[in-house]
Amino acid sequence: MGEFKVHRVRFFDYMPSGIRALAFNRDIERIAVARMDGSVEVFHCSDRFFQEKIIPGREQCGIEGLSWVGERLFSAGLNGGITEYDLTNQKVKYTVDAYGGPIWTIAGNQQGTHLAVGCEDGTVKLFEVNEDKIQFERNLDRQKSRIISLSWHPSGSKIAAGMMDMIQIFNVETGHSVHRLLADRGVGTSRSKECVVWSVVYLSDGTIISGDSVGMVKLWDDQTGTLIKSHNVTKCDVITSYLIVPLEWQNEDSLVAGTSEGTVVQFQFISMVLGKDDKEWVRTRTFKNHTHDIRAVAEITTAVVSGGMDAQLVVRPLLDKVEVRSAASALRKIHFPHRRLVSCARKSGLMLFQYPGHLELWRLGESEGKGSSLFVKRNPEKLLHLKVKGEDHIRCSAVSPCGEWIVYSTASSLRLYRLHCDNNNVSITKISKLPMVLSSANQLCFSSDSSHLFSASTQSSVHLVSLSQSGCKFVGTLKPKSGSHQAIHLLAASEDGKWLASANSDHEVHIYNLQTRKAHCTVPVYSSAVTAMGIHPTTNCLFMMYADQQMCEYSIEQKQYTDWSRMVQRKGLHRFWMERDTPCLNVMFNPQHPSHVILHDTYMLCIIDQSLPLPDDKTQFYNQLTLKSLPEEQRKSHSHAFKVCKTFKDILCVELMSDQSLVVVERPLEDVASQLPAPIKQKKFAT
Amino acid sequence: MVETSDIRVVRCGGSKVNLTPPIISSDSRFVLCTSGDLVKVYSTRTEEWLHSLQGHTNQVTGITLNPANHLQVYSCSVDGTVKLWDFIDGILIKTFVIGCPLFAIYVSEKHTGVLFLHVSMATDSKNECFQLVSVHLPKSAEQEVEAKEMSAVSSHISKNPSCTAFGRGGEYIAFARHLQLNVYFFRKQKTYSFSLKATDKKGAKNAFTCIACHPTDDCIATGHEDGKIRLWRNFIHKKEYTYSTQHWHHNAVNTLCFTPEGTHLLSGGIESVLVQWQYGADNRKEFLPRLGGSILHISASSDGQLFCTSHSDNKITVIESSFKVCGVIQGLVKGDAVLTDLMIDPRSKALVLNGKPGHLQFYSLLRDKHLYNLDIVQQEYIYEAGLDQFEVVKAAFDIKGSWLATVEERGKKSSDLEFFLKLWAFDERTQSFVLNTTITAAHTDRIISMCFSSSEETTMLVTAAEDSQFKAWCQGADADTQQDQNFWSCDFVGSYHKLNPTNCSFSADSSLLAVSFQEVITIWSPDTWEMLTTLCQPPGVIRDLCFGRLSCSKYLLGTTTKNLLCCWNLLTCELEWSTSVDVSKLQPDPFSENVAAFSYQSKHTDLFVFKPSEPRPLFTNKNVCSEKVHRAVFVPREEPLNSCDESTQWLNRSQLYFLTQNMDLLTFSTATEEDRMLSSSKQLVIDDSVAVTPFYLLLGKHRQQQQKLNTQSHPVSDKPQQTQGSVTIKELLHTPAHVLPAASVLCSMFVNSFLISNTGVQQDPLR
Repeated sequence: MGEFKVHRVRFFDYMPSGIRALAFNRDIERIAVARMDGSVEVFHCSDRFFQEKIIPGREQCGIEGLSWVGERLFSAGLNGGITEYDLTNQKVKYTVDAYGGPIWTIAGNQQGTHLAVGCEDGTVKLFEVNEDKIQFERNLDRQKSRIISLSWHPSGSKIAAGMMDMIQIFNVETGHSVHRLLADRGVGTSRSKECVVWSVVYLSDGTIISGDSVGMVKLWDDQTGTLIKSHNVTKCDVITSYLIVPLEWQNEDSLVAGTSEGTVVQFQFISMVLGKDDKEWVRTRTFKNHTHDIRAVAEITTAVVSGGMDAQLVVRPLLDKVEVRSAASALRKIHFPHRRLVSCARKSGLMLFQYPGHLELWRLGESEGKGSSLFVKRNPEKLLHLKVKGEDHIRCSAVSPCGEWIVYSTASSLRLYRLHCDNNNVSITKISKLPMVLSSANQLCFSSDSSHLFSASTQSSVHLVSLSQSGCKFVGTLKPKSGSHQAIHLLAASEDGKWLASANSDHEVHIYNLQTRKAHCTVPVYSSAVTAMGIHPTTNCLFMMYADQQMCEYSIEQKQYTDWSRMVQRKGLHRFWMERDTPCLNVMFNPQHPSHVILHDTYMLCIIDQSLPLPDDKTQFYNQLTLKSLPEEQRKSHSHAFKVCKTFKDILCVELMSDQSLVVVERPLEDVASQLPAPIKQKKFAT
Repeated sequence: MVETSDIRVVRCGGSKVNLTPPIISSDSRFVLCTSGDLVKVYSTRTEEWLHSLQGHTNQVTGITLNPANHLQVYSCSVDGTVKLWDFIDGILIKTFVIGCPLFAIYVSEKHTGVLFLHVSMATDSKNECFQLVSVHLPKSAEQEVEAKEMSAVSSHISKNPSCTAFGRGGEYIAFARHLQLNVYFFRKQKTYSFSLKATDKKGAKNAFTCIACHPTDDCIATGHEDGKIRLWRNFIHKKEYTYSTQHWHHNAVNTLCFTPEGTHLLSGGIESVLVQWQYGADNRKEFLPRLGGSILHISASSDGQLFCTSHSDNKITVIESSFKVCGVIQGLVKGDAVLTDLMIDPRSKALVLNGKPGHLQFYSLLRDKHLYNLDIVQQEYIYEAGLDQFEVVKAAFDIKGSWLATVEERGKKSSDLEFFLKLWAFDERTQSFVLNTTITAAHTDRIISMCFSSSEETTMLVTAAEDSQFKAWCQGADADTQQDQNFWSCDFVGSYHKLNPTNCSFSADSSLLAVSFQEVITIWSPDTWEMLTTLCQPPGVIRDLCFGRLSCSKYLLGTTTKNLLCCWNLLTCELEWSTSVDVSKLQPDPFSENVAAFSYQSKHTDLFVFKPSEPRPLFTNKNVCSEKVHRAVFVPREEPLNSCDESTQWLNRSQLYFLTQNMDLLTFSTATEEDRMLSSSKQLVIDDSVAVTPFYLLLGKHRQQQQKLNTQSHPVSDKPQQTQGSVTIKELLHTPAHVLPAASVLCSMFVNSFLISNTGVQQDPLR
């Protein structure tokens, strides 16, 4: 299926940031994830956990809690502010200072009227949620120690607050404390250490469930203030200061607790005698999918989602809740963002790596000889290390195909640089006078001849800027007819400079004619999000990959799906293709073989030959080895359209350069794991 | 086969007590366990064997307390009957004839008059398939009742009886097989099934090994092959069932047991650690380690005060609820294999064989009691699979029992073979064997055979080894050791044409030594070490060798690998007779002329008993057992039988015990003997209020006697009173001191026992 010279790039030291908080919104089936670096991501639970939205963080912005109020997302952090996010434009809407020192926890009531935050100074502050902003209402009785965790009673009349060594129950009406529940410290040497109540859950029947640093999950009665039952969920000999037991409950019959050993423990509210209503909380299942501390857990409709220091989001399905077992309900581990962090200058062999706080520009190495592994003649070289001005993290970046322009955008600013590269001297100049419209971008893209920059902006519009030696000039704005406000997360320009496609979070794909600067057409909206797309250089067909692993080819000129695409829809895709659990992240075309489409996800590289028949469920999907063993004549009859290469693992990006060489950027998970802090030491049997 | 009609193979003495879970009586005073064809009753306090329930004619496979009457016990057996006993008095109340072999019994309080039994379904033994049936017990006053009202609860039952258990109050029954757990609800008559995957990515082995149900909650605990314990709940839902997993055992969980209150779960496995899990707070657990062999069964008394564990080394441990061992009932220790011969210690008349690893055990067959272990290897035993450890492979006693010779060896291959010959002297003061001599390189290769000379005057040991030599060892012959103590040293080294010896044997008067070298038997005079003659009867290597006894001492018997049993007359040095039979074990009776030969052919073992003087067998028993017999021993009787029947005469002075390959110790019993035992057990009818302890026997009988004396106006005859008095004295003297009542009580009674005869005398003038 064609041979490529492959640059196997492993010098992109991308480190995913640890997960700090999770919040699930049942109504819109979205789960929000807050990371250590202050970024907030939104995953769509029913669309194969596609990462729909990414709001980059800032320096010095440690998020401690997330809370949904209706469809609005709030976060609070150690900088003492409460932040609301603008999810349509994927940026921070505003930040309100709570004036109580660092905030440890935030919780909204079920009625959606109030937010409560727990502060370092020992106050629980109530904020009223208004149409457009939140308004401080009052403080509950101030306590001596910091408030670590909060939970509203479903009726909204009481709040349980977890603190050092105790849990307070407040009457929201009066603001006074109703009960004080004392949590036991550990035994032995840990007796001198404070017991931190990391998490509380207030159930509607008046049961309070707490998780603390001693490693206990305790059940309390709020009427009498007595301990009903306690479960030791972690081994008692693990005595560390940061045993964290986040709890999350669902339907009040199931509850999960994460521990610092990386296990998630499920508790269920089960009738002890079958057929009777006499129910008790019983510890049932234990899941171990993390190597490090779990900092956040959430129970969604059919699964338990957990995240922690090891920066992976684990979705563990609960098989008793799943109706039909399928690929969508399998165990899923999300390691890398579903966005491209690498852009390549195809014509000059440069690569731009996007880190949260800086950019790195590398020149690819050169090789000679032939064979399966080539001798490296010139080592890859780091040309540039560009730090971001300001505190905001980079949202998107791009390098032009010719390698002369670099552009990046944060939440507040956009910077364009021109790169001068003569021999070994590399210098950049910042283009100072940028048009006003280029203040910030959601996605950036250069035209294939590097003469234009496309910048996706608010309200799904794309600004068109022409680039020249002297500087840049605003040309015009492309606006969709639909009037969608969602941010654009993908842009694709055609090779001949005539077409531009944009995909937004509403699953809309708009195609613009760049010569007329008008909207050309809209691809029919599909229920799943577009994860990657590309315009074919010769036929000008738009090839799209969706989060549910479907693929479509849309002829721009004819404004309809191509025959091949219809055939794919009619025949369906192979079971193995549909069962993959990471989305395709790039679509490329090989100019030498116009019928070939190159795709990749985290685990594989795939070439689709549109001239060959599609495989049905009976044919062998991974058939390269079988084909190799067959004689030349028989290969034709056995081959099908999908050629999958699994040589590379943990792929962040694959790009086809203009010299027909393939760049594969890998980030092995072992390297990521080796850079994580050491996990809690556990005695393993027989070691 | 008319001859053998009154001689039967029985499991009597040294049987497995760990086959089924032991049960504790509801007053926690007795432990009942199955032991061969018997059910034995032990005291939990003193660990003494009180009596046994005798009546089954085959292996007893299950016992359970009668839920309607806690003083009664049901037992089931392979002979196809269920018997109901009064276990305190040892009285058989009823026999229910089911008609097919039974393998386990379960009862439940809710189902009165119904027994649940495991029966074998398949006709061929290869494809074993067990069925759980419920049997309605007919109400009938007769002693022996046929129970025909059977209904199947489920087929596809695991053959392991611990994979079936009754749930809360008998509402449902849970049973597991391979990877499937089934719960059958009696009221709804519906079965719920839950399956596990055989393995997962982490290499778990999920096959079920045992099951236990919580007494009050709907919770089923299951043990698994990889040591996990799962607690199943909500099992009336097909999908929303749930379980939690605990993992402490590193190997299969053999048994699980909930305490009667349901507050704790007990588990045990190969680690021989009893683990107590707190129900509800699963992380809290207590351990009782180093209990001996791996734990096979756990049972708890109904008040939760006592636990019983039975172990693979044929032992029952009684444990208090505070996790303290308070009693050990040791049966005949059965390791993986018995490497030594079965021997009789001439002093204690105890059976001696391999016991714990590296030990010899002394077991009294008469009292069916383990006496003690003798540490031969004297090294720490490390429990690890595949580790090559020293094992006692040969042992021999001299005729008086004052010397014991042992050989311990390690190394399966001859290249790394390591062995020691040890000689032990009996110490009168400590009443045990003390190591006298250790010979590190007795031979250059493995010792094949070893025997002591049988003369009373000089003790001599002969060892034959694979280095084609035999050596004679004598005490104190070595002049180099200038010490007072008498150590053993080599006296003579003999060989014959560089052939490897295969066996050696002394004649009854020790005047001759026969050593077989492959096909040739050489006869030596031990006094002069001169080879007297050679006997040869090819083809075939000589396997067993023995001299005749008493009147037949002029005969030498030998068996060859080519299925030949030969008898030579030593006076004429000629072959007297020979017969073609594949003898796997030749065992002479030291107290008579008889020789027992076990022959193995066409998958079963036959026994022939004959006198060397005539080639006609005295007694034959076809199909003694289905396995090959390699070990057998004649055990002298305490008091000889006086049977005149020709076929049973050979059992008059001694009893023949033999060991099968799956470590069952079997023996032969005659009809007269059984009658005697049965009648003695029937006599033991005592009122319920007092347990049968030696203390009771002492006082209770006396009281009965007194009552009899008070009520009966007419005097009793002289003779029984005398025996009664002597019985009291006998019991007094034979009862262990720690169970005796206070001396003040005994004193008056002791005197009274003398006075009884006086009353008889006094009554004479009255008459």
